[in-house]
Amino acid sequence: MTTTTAPSTAVIQRARISDISRTRRISTGVIEILVAVFIAFVFARTLQPDMFTKFVMTPGGITVGSMGDWVIRSQFTLYLLAALCVVIGAFQLIKGFGKFTNLMVGFVFLFLIFSFLTWQAAGKSLNLAGMLSSSVQLAVPITLGAFSGILCERAGVVNIAIEGMMLMSAMVGALMGSITDSAWLGLFFGVLSSVLLAALHAVLSIKYKIDQIISGTVINMFSAGMTAFLSQKFLQTRQELNNPAMFTRVEIPGLAEIPLLGPIFFNTNFFVYLMFALLIVIQVALFSTRWGLRMRSVGEHPKAADTLGINVIKTRYMAVLLGGLVAGLGGAFFTLGSVGRFDEGMTAGKGFIGLAAMIFGNYTPVGALGAGILFGFADSIGSKLSLLGSTIPSTLMSTAPYIITMIVLAGFVGKGHVPAADGVAYTKE
Amino acid sequence: MAPILQLKGITKRFPGVLANDHIDLTLNQGEILALLGENGAGKTTLMNILYGLYQPDEGEILVNEQKVIINSPTDAINTGIGMVHQHFMLIPVFTVTENVMLGSEPVKMGDFLDRPKTSARIHEISQQYKLEVNPNDYVKDLPVGVQQRVEIIKLLYREANILIFDEPTAVLTPQEADDLFSIMRSLVKQGKSIIFITHKLREVLDVADRIMVIRRGAVVGEADPKIADKNKLAEMMVGREVNLVVEKEFKEPGEVVLSVKDLVVANQFKQVMVDHVSFDVHAGQILGIAGVQGNGQTELVEAITGLDKSASGKILFKNEDITNCTPRKITEVGSAHVPEDRQADGLVLTFPVAENLVLCTYYKEPFAKGVVLQYDKILENSEKLISDFDIRTPSSLTPVGSLSGGNQQKVIIARELSRPIQLLVASQPTRGLDVGSIEYIHKRIVQKRDEGCAVLLVSPELDEVIELSDRIAVMYRGKIIAIVDAGNVTKETLGLLMAGIIPEKIEKEQGEKVVEITF
Amino acid sequence: MRKKDLEKKDLLKTVIEELNGGEPAKPKKKRAFWKVIQIPALAILTGLILGAILIAATSFTVYDAFKVGFFNGIGTAFAEVGKAYLGLLTGSLGNPVEIISALIYGDAQDVRNAINPILESLVQATPYIFAGLACALAFRAGLFNIGVEGQLFMGAAAATFVGYSLTGLPAIIHMPLAFLAGALGGALWGMVPGLLKATTGGNEVINCIMMNYIAYRVTTWLLTGPMTRPGTGGMPISPIIEKSAQIPQFFKTPIRFHLGFFIALAFAALVWWILFKTTWGLNLRMVGVNPRAAKYAGLNITQVTIIGMALSGALAGMAGGNEILAINRSMAIGLSAGYGFDSIALALLGNNHPVGVIFAALLFGVLKNGATKMMVVSGTPIDIVTILQAVILIFVAAPAIIRAIYRMRQPLKEETAAASFTLSGWGGGK
Repeated sequence: MTTTTAPSTAVIQRARISDISRTRRISTGVIEILVAVFIAFVFARTLQPDMFTKFVMTPGGITVGSMGDWVIRSQFTLYLLAALCVVIGAFQLIKGFGKFTNLMVGFVFLFLIFSFLTWQAAGKSLNLAGMLSSSVQLAVPITLGAFSGILCERAGVVNIAIEGMMLMSAMVGALMGSITDSAWLGLFFGVLSSVLLAALHAVLSIKYKIDQIISGTVINMFSAGMTAFLSQKFLQTRQELNNPAMFTRVEIPGLAEIPLLGPIFFNTNFFVYLMFALLIVIQVALFSTRWGLRMRSVGEHPKAADTLGINVIKTRYMAVLLGGLVAGLGGAFFTLGSVGRFDEGMTAGKGFIGLAAMIFGNYTPVGALGAGILFGFADSIGSKLSLLGSTIPSTLMSTAPYIITMIVLAGFVGKGHVPAADGVAYTKE
Repeated sequence: MAPILQLKGITKRFPGVLANDHIDLTLNQGEILALLGENGAGKTTLMNILYGLYQPDEGEILVNEQKVIINSPTDAINTGIGMVHQHFMLIPVFTVTENVMLGSEPVKMGDFLDRPKTSARIHEISQQYKLEVNPNDYVKDLPVGVQQRVEIIKLLYREANILIFDEPTAVLTPQEADDLFSIMRSLVKQGKSIIFITHKLREVLDVADRIMVIRRGAVVGEADPKIADKNKLAEMMVGREVNLVVEKEFKEPGEVVLSVKDLVVANQFKQVMVDHVSFDVHAGQILGIAGVQGNGQTELVEAITGLDKSASGKILFKNEDITNCTPRKITEVGSAHVPEDRQADGLVLTFPVAENLVLCTYYKEPFAKGVVLQYDKILENSEKLISDFDIRTPSSLTPVGSLSGGNQQKVIIARELSRPIQLLVASQPTRGLDVGSIEYIHKRIVQKRDEGCAVLLVSPELDEVIELSDRIAVMYRGKIIAIVDAGNVTKETLGLLMAGIIPEKIEKEQGEKVVEITF
Repeated sequence: MRKKDLEKKDLLKTVIEELNGGEPAKPKKKRAFWKVIQIPALAILTGLILGAILIAATSFTVYDAFKVGFFNGIGTAFAEVGKAYLGLLTGSLGNPVEIISALIYGDAQDVRNAINPILESLVQATPYIFAGLACALAFRAGLFNIGVEGQLFMGAAAATFVGYSLTGLPAIIHMPLAFLAGALGGALWGMVPGLLKATTGGNEVINCIMMNYIAYRVTTWLLTGPMTRPGTGGMPISPIIEKSAQIPQFFKTPIRFHLGFFIALAFAALVWWILFKTTWGLNLRMVGVNPRAAKYAGLNITQVTIIGMALSGALAGMAGGNEILAINRSMAIGLSAGYGFDSIALALLGNNHPVGVIFAALLFGVLKNGATKMMVVSGTPIDIVTILQAVILIFVAAPAIIRAIYRMRQPLKEETAAASFTLSGWGGGK
């Protein structure tokens, strides 16, 4: 009499799963074909057949590892890319790519961006390498912010205070870097200030169990006020206090001579190297060490971790402090790695976009770096286009990262796994 | 055989409840001891004490005849006690290996996980105890039965000798349960000792070496499963004494008010919780649904009241189809609902009594004109109901959360019964209340029935169901396995039915009084 | 009549109870009142003390004095703090000597000038009232509207557009129309995160933050492009709005006190009425406090969530529209200086009650207005206000800290936080 239970369960389950994948398969295919139509009719048709696009493949001001320019036929390239998109879309509609669906969506997206650049720079020249190089630079604070978010949220503590931590670190870094005339000491004190804010966040949200978003908001407010206050009190009145020693470009012998890649990745700032080093460290630590396993367990199912003798509270404190440390590194980049001076509110929401990159990157360091570079690229497109005299307003272009984030959050681009206990304070029975 | 574990005089009090009353327990090496008792009898509290989640107020624990103090799960693990929780303590996105190693991970080169070592150990354990599992699978991809095996492996990996299984079959299919029993037997054969907590008679008789029955926090008897009498055990478990007598006249049932036809409801994980259920409730009649909690009663009620969607089947209210209608629509046709969890569903605790008394009607005349709430009418209504239903509250404006449980429930009863209704769905209407409130609420429900209202009463309290109902439907694993006349059925019979055992001679004993038996 | 009595007796009592977040009414009104304000009052006091320490610790004068001697240093520290806080006080509430002498001589213009600091504080408090109401309303509906900033921008842009593009309308139509356009702009902007939350489960916090940045960029684009003032060569500033769209100021410049303050008060009353006197408000509050019970009571949670965010956005949009129509009279970038985050502080400080929000907004207005004078007399940067606000907010959100500092009894029952959300990740599909 009870045997009938099993089959009916299975039936309901099966119906649901096939429903979702079918609608998703078709809608993905339709979107891919629409992209093709867009490339062909909006971009390609407005160009003359004899136009050429010239891509400069060496960033400005670099002599090591230079590479010749890349000149292509604009309209022909666009039609070719449109055709590729049609093929991918059609295959998607008819058969579907299965687990490669997202990869193919990525390709189509890449073609769309490349088409856009080709179209915009038709008849002109565009420094593609410079653009990529600046994307990587712009990605540094976003990615480090995302790493900070990963460390906190993998352990179950939501951290929207990354923005505030970065801002504080940027200011303290500039101040102490100027006083001590040492970029390293500036970095040390900047990171220290960020860790202190993280400690405040940890106490408020873990000990006092304040809503973690309110706690984060408070820290952002405090940091915005404090940095502006100290900046007006000291940095603006005494210019010598806002002139820190900076980290300069370091050329890695040999590797820097690789064309295109060399100038972008191996002849660059300390912070870019740091970003890649942290990528490996965090990736390995999270997924291959005892520490990482325990941290993730605390973010997924703190009660289970507790019954196995893991100290949930201590693990979360540690995670938030480390998150503060990484956010501090990202903040110091602004003053010690990029601008060389502190301006009020100079982080301009990079911490929040870092959170978005974390979500987009599915809470993994590799994904976060990818998302960070994508967002950095979107940022640099805006500035390059205005140089080309584009008709498309750069301010509107620069909303792309935010819109992408919202689309990802809505679950339209497939959803990843969010730590199950993220944002929930843990109370022992 | 030396006792591997002894509990002596364990007592645990919670505010207002004596959860464990001087319990003595002895577990011998290599045996399966079944701890049998109804829900809320105090079994889980006892085991949580043993596992270090609670501290006993009195009594001591001896392991291998040595006194031990268990302050945390870690202590329990170190003394060789392991527990398979009713809700698995597994992390779905981790692999089997990661789940097993968590908390006592082998490492190399400082802090790097040695996964192969754990996998090998898991392999060994599964060979030794016949616990088939692939160490590299993600737990979320495994069927429930296999997840439970992972829980068991976790304990064996930590070399636990005393294994506690807390209601392990609650989430299993019968086949999976049979597999589990053979695993348990193989475990004891190899020297482990098991405490098996359950309220299911049949399982106890199948697998246990010794049975201990607990009722209301105290040990009421022991039995040997080889010679134990089912009926006797059921009686021990549910108790004989009847405390509350409800005066109730016979009433000829009227027309059919609620008709449920072939209803199927699935939960969020798409498991079928209500499995092709059909029944009718007549005007002036109370249909009681008996059954151990978690057998689909909650989902059945939610589907009838519109809080949950049904997968198939029909629900008719006086021949009007209300299947998958909104709760508001179902309320408006003349149905009332006393929800199972009064604080979560039935009340807004921070709102004053007056607003809670109009929670389902505030948007209609006379309580609102257009969108404007008529607080004078709302307060008037509240003052009236407070005196009619004897709700003890400082004022109509007191937040309902600061009232006692009994008075909170009276607020709900007052709100639901004061409306002109033809159907009352009451889910555990007296859960956790004192005797006085219980008596009062019972009287009100019977009064409503006498006025010609159809009542669907859901309760895991056998006494309550027997006292109030005209007919009783027993739910087991999502099905209604029997509908019997309440007047002549014995408690023992119902106890067996609730445990999923259909007495062979039920028809003979009951004679023609059995209204209907469905299988 | 009974009905009248009930109303009279209960109005104050209900307000106190609502403020109290649902504590049973105490027989003594005085004690109930103290209970409501003790945590905010002590939080403000503690905040001011910490602010004083910060002022002393960052003053070179104080350091120089400490070089002379310890007591000299202490004295100078107190003098510095006194100077700053006195500046704050006179800057925001006026100089009592001036006010009294003006009253004695009775020249109307002198009186107005003397009390202008108070009026200016009210001017500063006006956008805070709107923004605080926006956040409080959302909190009541269980929503965390951190997107007030963006909604304010869009409201301002919409109000500006209607304000300058329509000509020849009488003021009686044009002004309300422009104001409502502001509300609509904010409502639409606020509705997006509400819609996303209700339909896809995407968390409104991140979506609101993203909408803030988008709003900032969209308004920049509008002001440099479609809405730019002709003849400025693409400067990010809009044309000046028509006279008929302006919300009137009561006195001659430099006194900026305007009708908008009373509009804000009227809307506070309206929000109070909607929240506590209508079925809509009951719906919102029910979904906010206990969505399960709301579902049981027959509400459509999706619909209420969307409406809640839209109403909240509308109030935020009014904050922006009102600033344009009453003060700025044209829109430039950098309109809002962090009203978005401040509004959260306002709502929590005011316990999500319109009356509480008004008082919190007045406090913030006073602080902001006084800070300008404080900067002039003592060189203390204006941003100390933001620091004070953050510190006060910490104490309001975690009363346990305040109770520990002042050795007060911790409540027996674990208190429910002023606002708590069962947040699980950032969404990404239900």
